Amino acid sequence: MAFSKISEIIEASQTRNIQLWKVILDDDIQERKVTEKESFSRMEKMLDAMLEADKKYNPDLRSQSGLSGGDGAKLEVFRKNENRLIGTFLAMVMEKAVKMAESNACMGRIVAAPTAGSCGVIPAVLLTYLEEKKVEKNRVVEALFIAAGIGQVIAETASISGAEGGCQAEIGSASSMAAAALTYLENGNNEQIANAAALAMKNMLGLTCDPVAGLVEVPCIKRNVSGAVNAIVSSQMAMAGIKSAIPVDEVFETMGRIGKLIPACLKETSLEGLAKAPSALVFS
Amino acid sequence: MNIFEIIGPVMVGPSSSHTAGAVKIGYASRKLLGEELKAAEILLHGSFLATGKGHGTNFALVAGLLGMKEDNPLIPESLQLAKELGIEIKFGSAVLKDYHPNSVLLNLTGTNGRKLQVIGESVGGSIINIASIDGLRTNFSGENPTLIVHNKDQPGHVSEVTSMLAHKSVNIAAMQLYRAKRGGDAVMVLELDSEIPEEALHWLTKLEGVEKVTYYSCTED
Repeated sequence: MAFSKISEIIEASQTRNIQLWKVILDDDIQERKVTEKESFSRMEKMLDAMLEADKKYNPDLRSQSGLSGGDGAKLEVFRKNENRLIGTFLAMVMEKAVKMAESNACMGRIVAAPTAGSCGVIPAVLLTYLEEKKVEKNRVVEALFIAAGIGQVIAETASISGAEGGCQAEIGSASSMAAAALTYLENGNNEQIANAAALAMKNMLGLTCDPVAGLVEVPCIKRNVSGAVNAIVSSQMAMAGIKSAIPVDEVFETMGRIGKLIPACLKETSLEGLAKAPSALVFS
Repeated sequence: MNIFEIIGPVMVGPSSSHTAGAVKIGYASRKLLGEELKAAEILLHGSFLATGKGHGTNFALVAGLLGMKEDNPLIPESLQLAKELGIEIKFGSAVLKDYHPNSVLLNLTGTNGRKLQVIGESVGGSIINIASIDGLRTNFSGENPTLIVHNKDQPGHVSEVTSMLAHKSVNIAAMQLYRAKRGGDAVMVLELDSEIPEEALHWLTKLEGVEKVTYYSCTED
């Protein structure tokens, strides 16, 4: 059975004296009736697919609509420019987020995490960490288990679908998952991992899903960047010892409630919001 | 949801419903046809029609009909591949009353002359529903092996089919019966826990009153 609360996963981790990611892996072993090796290697395959998708980014590709493509290459040039304000890590996160989301829009092969529209957030953070921090690959696979466990709880208590909960359910969820995963990699404890997930989600609450012409392009692609960067700053706040005044499980429940309150015209129907801006109507 | 529905699936973008779901509908329909494809008429409905082009729904459906899965990088080239294989593909639109906004009607013809009409719905995520076969309502996802038997609405056909399954030790997960009218055309849809042996399917086709046997196998081609 999937966990319905982060506090339950943390409690299981403490009573059984095993790491958080291991609790999530054990649950998968039980639920899908697989061995530990099968579960771990399947998650490793997800990481490999992310790595391959990142490598295969093609700057010349454009989406069917003509709205997207090529911005990842601009960020790559920007990252290599020494006059930029931000550090290399953050610049690389931005670049990878756009590249992945653009690949998705241009019919490239990606890993839905948790959705196709939010596929850039988690790899942007984790692949950059793998590349820049020279951490062991298995640690990143473990971090993906953490991300998956957080996503599972969100799906259980709220939603991971834009049509159901707005963009907060897609980019918000991805950002929260990435924040938790990153905090694990930074050797944060269970409480810090939970706080990072809570802080990240709080920053995304209320976000609508109003894509131009109903396509997973505008504003989705660039929102992957803000989701990834938000994951990093939320994780860093948690690592600094900042706590979320509202516990993570309550934040997720809140996201679910807000999702229900967002009107249907702002939940993947393209009847309102950015989709109705004069410049958007040209593409509809 | 299991963790690989959260991190995963690996798929060709941009949309789980309009791209990955469309590939799955094509794939399931090709399996239901049960032979190589010669021609396909693809009639899009609702949101598939409205935003399908931007989502590559056309490529995706054809890719599935060619036997590709949702993670096949050749999906964007499917129309070209179909052309090279000499498969005739026609696109159009349809108004499908009482079907999901993401729906498509497929009129398929196989190389041995078999014809099949399928309505597939992409109901969210990359989950699909085969909602009609040859004009009769159905309701299955293609996650399990599925047997579809078209027969005359006469007593005894259900027991013939279920006895055969019992004999072959195949357990039934779900079963649905539909008919157009009393004594008219009927269809039964059985979702199964394991695969049916080939010869048992052949035996079914020989039964009096059984008009068509369609089988969706979950084994890879």
